Amino acid sequence: MKLKDMKMKLPAIATTVVFVGSLASAADITGTITLKGTPPPEKEITELKSDVNCGPLRTEVPKTRFYVAGPKGELADVFVSIKGLAGKSTGEQVPPAVIDQAGCEYLPYVQAIQTNQKLLVKNSDPVLHNVHPTPSAPGNKEENKAMMPKGPDIAFSFTKPENFLRFKCDVHPWMFAYVCVADHPYFSVSGKDGAYRIANVPPGKYTIEAVHRKAGAMSSEIEVKDENVKLDFNLEIK
Amino acid sequence: MSRTEDNPWLHRFAVLTALATLTLVGVGGLVTSHGAGMAVPDWPTTYGYNMFLFPISQWVGGILYEHTHRLTGAAVGLLTIVLTVWLWLKEPRAWLRWLGVAALLGVVLQGVLGGLRVVLLKNQLGILHAALAQLFLVLVCAIALFASRWWREPENMSFPAARSGGWRRLVLFTTLLIFGQLILGAAMRHQHAGLAIPDFPLAYGKLWPTTDAESLARYNQQRVEVNAANPITALQVVLQMSHRIAAALVLGAVALCAWRARSQPGSRNPLKKLAAVWLVLVLAQVVLGAVTIWSNKAADIATLHVVVGALSLVAGTMICLIAYQTPDRTCRSAGVPAAIRTLGKPAFTGAPSAIGNPG
Repeated sequence: MKLKDMKMKLPAIATTVVFVGSLASAADITGTITLKGTPPPEKEITELKSDVNCGPLRTEVPKTRFYVAGPKGELADVFVSIKGLAGKSTGEQVPPAVIDQAGCEYLPYVQAIQTNQKLLVKNSDPVLHNVHPTPSAPGNKEENKAMMPKGPDIAFSFTKPENFLRFKCDVHPWMFAYVCVADHPYFSVSGKDGAYRIANVPPGKYTIEAVHRKAGAMSSEIEVKDENVKLDFNLEIK
Repeated sequence: MSRTEDNPWLHRFAVLTALATLTLVGVGGLVTSHGAGMAVPDWPTTYGYNMFLFPISQWVGGILYEHTHRLTGAAVGLLTIVLTVWLWLKEPRAWLRWLGVAALLGVVLQGVLGGLRVVLLKNQLGILHAALAQLFLVLVCAIALFASRWWREPENMSFPAARSGGWRRLVLFTTLLIFGQLILGAAMRHQHAGLAIPDFPLAYGKLWPTTDAESLARYNQQRVEVNAANPITALQVVLQMSHRIAAALVLGAVALCAWRARSQPGSRNPLKKLAAVWLVLVLAQVVLGAVTIWSNKAADIATLHVVVGALSLVAGTMICLIAYQTPDRTCRSAGVPAAIRTLGKPAFTGAPSAIGNPG
């Protein structure tokens, strides 16, 4: 490699070295979210099953998904993220997130994306829907778009962070889901086992916040060094 | 084409338009009760189709309510156009012809407001649309009343109206109170937050619910709504409590109007019967309000509550119009403006009025 070529490539090499170096010392934050107390019982969505178009798509009567909790209180759909970080979004570089309309429900019910990350809404149903995000954060745009049966994907993106930005279908009023928008890549949504994982967190001291749409929020201070850190949260029904 | 005051078919057509408008109010109520206001994202097209050509097979879910509402609105618009033209060609009273023009402008404005609410995604326009719907209904009913033979024939008014201006003022105040209550109701419904208070007659088990942050968090934690509902806020709780209090005031005021109407002289005095009907309507409205809460805001009950509310406003307005048409001597003492007290009617003595002449 000629010296001139090396000088031109030096900034890229330096960036790669720094990036690999930071990854080498980055660690994951993992943990489990549990729910204390008895949540109100979920309701059956009888309107879905009795709908002439949606009913045949389902074999069972689905239920609402406000508190997806396991037998030991493991709580799903909790948005866990580093609090107070801004301007660190890599949304434009990461692959698009996907939300699907299947069986006249949104799947998944809760997910998280970054600001300016593309979110593709699919319609796997042989049924007409409308896709209606209703943000509350100033700067995030409310839209309402028609989606024909098995029609092409519709793309959305949001420029401002917002917790639990709602997507809904007005044709089928029981259909709604939530997207948490963060201004950085350090977040996770807990699964049915209550487990979450925030990957590749650079060393430092952080405030980690766990938010459930109904059960509320909790924060905890943590310091990340060069090994994974475990942090559990226990949300409570008041 | 000559104008004449004797237009029975014009009156009947005005009644038809009023009934169609009441139906439209009900269908509009169903749209909001089912949360379907945004089920059709575009306007004036429907999912890209000309709205009159949208396939029936696609009238599904919320689209059924919203699209039916648009079609019913178009029908009322057409009826209003015919009514306006008919009035202009055949009605000798100029002020009534211009009321027809006002009705036409009102229905056009309603259509535009409804469309803009959809394309601009503005809940506030939905509240305005709901309020104007009530006023339009009242206007069309008033036109039907003024175009009736009953209104024009002096023997139907051969009774002294309220002996004092106090009763008339009470009726007017109560009617305005009802309109304010309808606005409150529209504001509540267009929060799209479901039931902000799930129990009645108490509110979260109390006479007045707490609205601090912790209480609101608890209310939202415990609520499980099948349909997408916005979180409960302090404003929504206060709105509903205000609506309950106003309902009690309305009931008391209408009951007082009905009680005082019992002393109206004249066996053929329509005000006694109308006031009694008004009281029945408002009693039914209070019951419907309670059942709306007890049924967790069942769409059909909530919509019936909207329709009976509209009828209560219409009843109050009709009573006002009849009560304020009085012999000149009584009106002058009550300070009623000339434009209201004459309203194209023959004078009390039976002599033709100056306004009632064709031309």
